[in-house]
Amino acid sequence: MIGPYYRPQLTSMLSITHRGTGVFLSLIGAPLLLGWLVALAAGPEHYQRVSGWLASAVGQAAVWLSLACLYFHLLSGTRHLFWDSGRLLDIKAAYASGWLVLFGTAALTALTYWIAR
Amino acid sequence: MAQFRLPKNARIQKGKEYKAPAGGNIRVFEIYRWDPDSGENPRMDRYELDTDRCGPMVLDAVIKIKNEIDPTLTFRRSCREGICGSCAMNIDGTNTLACTQAIEDCKGTIKVYPLPHMPVVKDLVPDLTHFYAQYASIRPWIQTQSVASPDKERLQSKTDRERLDGLYECILCACCSTSCPSYWWNGDRYLGPAILLQAYRWLVDSRDESTGDRLDELEDPFRLYRCHTIMNCTRTCPKGLNPAKAIAEIKKMLVLRSEL
Repeated sequence: MIGPYYRPQLTSMLSITHRGTGVFLSLIGAPLLLGWLVALAAGPEHYQRVSGWLASAVGQAAVWLSLACLYFHLLSGTRHLFWDSGRLLDIKAAYASGWLVLFGTAALTALTYWIAR
Repeated sequence: MAQFRLPKNARIQKGKEYKAPAGGNIRVFEIYRWDPDSGENPRMDRYELDTDRCGPMVLDAVIKIKNEIDPTLTFRRSCREGICGSCAMNIDGTNTLACTQAIEDCKGTIKVYPLPHMPVVKDLVPDLTHFYAQYASIRPWIQTQSVASPDKERLQSKTDRERLDGLYECILCACCSTSCPSYWWNGDRYLGPAILLQAYRWLVDSRDESTGDRLDELEDPFRLYRCHTIMNCTRTCPKGLNPAKAIAEIKKMLVLRSEL
């Protein structure tokens, strides 16, 4: 059972998002990257076809969502590393670093979009 | 198997309404009610209360409801000043002590549930048997191998004593453990933040000589490592303690031990 009447908080929401983005990356993100590399190795014809799909609306959504997930998972994972070393473990630091992860994800995704444009 | 809904007989239904006479400063309390003898599903009863004629804390309101509106309302309370831990409840979406939670700090309708994810004995009374058994399992007392001096206590330096600050204050109210999603899902085997904070309290006690055995028992994928640093525990602790930090320190002790 999930807690039916517990208030969503940054603490628990970021934790479940870390897990969710991890699942998304292994189910969608990594296969996407692998598929692209395989197509690249398989020759121009395959690469053309995969690039075409990646340029479609669904392909673009998958790419950008994977990227946002990657940034989130990377930043949030770094936060976990700090925690594992015994740092940033009071509520104030956990909230500050939590917001930093969220803004960082948005900023890095936007930056990538701006560069890739 | 993951369960995403409450079992049929635990789903909450609409309950009775108790209106207050007009005037005064009316606040609405919705309180979880369940009577094991009735055979009915739990329900949320709605009580209107004039807070001008009531003490400032949620516990004052709950006591007033029991005394003046509905004597069947069941809950635990004792010290009414945040030291016994009896009146731990889920109030306004977080676990806290009803006696230290001010009514005016709650927004809108004040919803009161028993501590989440524990079996309910009646109304706001959770069954803490398993929680206490887990506490006993960490052997929360000083264990020594050395022979005690006949004419002197086991003394502690000021610095060693200070290492227990932020740990000994825990009143075992179970607010933190029952706020932890990991404990909700694996509470049968995961010890949970309150018990792990206690475990750490004995690990760092300079007078205790069982540190190795204690660590051996904690080194387990469930007992300790179901903690995923969610930090709901530290967020909710009504005494301002930091179970998440204590658990991280235990994990560190295990890493440092294996390096030697």
